[in-house]
Amino acid sequence: MKNKEAVIIGAGPAGLKAAKQLLEAGAHVTIIDRNKKLGGQLVKQTHKFFGSEKQYASFRGIDILEILVQGLKPFEDRLEILNETSVVGLYKDKVVACVKHDNFFKIKAKSIIMATGASEKHLPFENNDLPGIYAAGAVQTLMNEYGVKPGDKVLMVGSGNIGLIVSYQLLQAGVDVVALVEAAPQISGYLVHASKIKRLGVDILMQTSIKRAIGKDQVEQVEIWELDEVWQGIPGTERVLGVDTVCISVGLAPLTELLMQIGADVEYIRELGGNVPRIDFRYETSIKGVYACGDVVGIEEASSAMVEGAMAGIHAAHDLGYTVEDESRKLKVLQEELKFLRSGPHAAKVRAGYTKLEVKT
Amino acid sequence: MDPKNVIICRCSDVTLQDLYELFDQGYETFEELKRIKRVGMGPCQANTCGKMVQWEIAKYFNKPLEEVKFQNMRPFTLGVKLKSIKEAADDDEE
Repeated sequence: MKNKEAVIIGAGPAGLKAAKQLLEAGAHVTIIDRNKKLGGQLVKQTHKFFGSEKQYASFRGIDILEILVQGLKPFEDRLEILNETSVVGLYKDKVVACVKHDNFFKIKAKSIIMATGASEKHLPFENNDLPGIYAAGAVQTLMNEYGVKPGDKVLMVGSGNIGLIVSYQLLQAGVDVVALVEAAPQISGYLVHASKIKRLGVDILMQTSIKRAIGKDQVEQVEIWELDEVWQGIPGTERVLGVDTVCISVGLAPLTELLMQIGADVEYIRELGGNVPRIDFRYETSIKGVYACGDVVGIEEASSAMVEGAMAGIHAAHDLGYTVEDESRKLKVLQEELKFLRSGPHAAKVRAGYTKLEVKT
Repeated sequence: MDPKNVIICRCSDVTLQDLYELFDQGYETFEELKRIKRVGMGPCQANTCGKMVQWEIAKYFNKPLEEVKFQNMRPFTLGVKLKSIKEAADDDEE
C-alpha cells in the first residue's frame, strides 16, 4: 500500500480547484477520477456559463475545463493523476481502495477531499425501462461528447437548468423537442433559458408530468397528464404525444455513498438534493482530515463548486501544515464570491438547505 | 397506473408492485427491502433506485422523507474481481 498526502476523489470543477490550492501551497496531490478525461460534467457542457466573472462566466464549460487543467501544469512534479480509476471503498483510517482496469490497489491518504459530485434522479412511471428513456446527462454525453443523436422526437421532463439547456442543445442538433413538462407551477431554471426554447417553438407545459411510456421494443409514444396542487395526476387530462425519446431531468442527488462508507455524519436535506455530509465552515466532515466540496455537499452550479473546492483545498493544505500565502484574505474573498453566487432568487432553496445543515453542525 | 410495469430497481428488476407487496407484509425500511428483494444491491448501488425507494416508503407510510433512513453503504461500490483482490494481496506480501 502506497502512502499519499492529499487525495482528491473526483476531478470536476470542485476537485480541480481544490487540487490547485493544495499544489500552490506545496502539497503532493493525487487526483482520482473514474473517467478518462478530467473535468467531470464540464466535458459535456458546451454552453456558456452564467454567474460571476471570477468563475469564468461567459466561458463555455469545456473551455473552463481547459483553464482548470492548465492551471495544474506548473506543479506536475507533485501531481499524480489516476484517471479511469474508481474508488470502490473508503475506510476510517483513510485507506482508499481503487480499481483501474481490473487492477485493484489501496492507497493511504493523509487527507482526503471528496468532490464526487452527484447522480441523476429517475422517475417511477409505467414502462420507465423502455429503450429511449434517458437521463438528461446521458443525452448530453451522447450528443456533446460523442456526437451521437439520441433520437428524433423528444419529450423533456423537468424545467431545471439542465432540462432547459439540454432542450436547447437538442434543438441545435436538429432534434424535435415536442414538449417540455414540469410538475411544479413554475419554471425551476433560469427564465432566460426557458424563453429561448419557447421562442424556438417548444411547448412548455406546467403542472404536467409523464404518466406512462408506450411502445413495444422502444418508446413510440408517451402519455402525459396534468397534476393537481399535491402533484397527483388528474384523470381525464391525459394526452398522447408521438416521441421516440424521453429525457428525464428531474434533479440531482449528491453522491455520498463513499462518505457513508467511511462513517461520516450524513443528513437528509431535501433542499440540497438528498443525503449530504455534515461539514463545518472549513468544509471538513465529521471525520478529521476528510473534506467535502461541490455537489456532494449540496446540489448547486459549477461556479459554486469551484469556490467551495478552492476553500476546501486551502483548509486541507493548512491542516497538512503548509503555509497558504495570504490565507485569510483568500478565504474572505472566496466567501464573498460564494455569497454573491447564492444571492439570487434561484438560490433560495440552497440557502434554506445550508441554514438547515448549519443548525445541526 | 399499473405498478407491475413501473421499474424501481433496474439492476435487480424490482417493480413498484414488488415494493407494495413487501410493504403490505410489514417490511418498511430500506434495509429490510434490500435483504428480501436485493433492491439497491446491484451495479448502481442504489444510485438510480435509492431516491425512488425512499420516496415510495415515505408515500406509503405517510412519513416525511427526512425520516426514511437510507440503506447502509458498504464497500465495494462496484464489482471487483476476486482475482484482482488476490493479486493485490500477493503484492502486499512481497
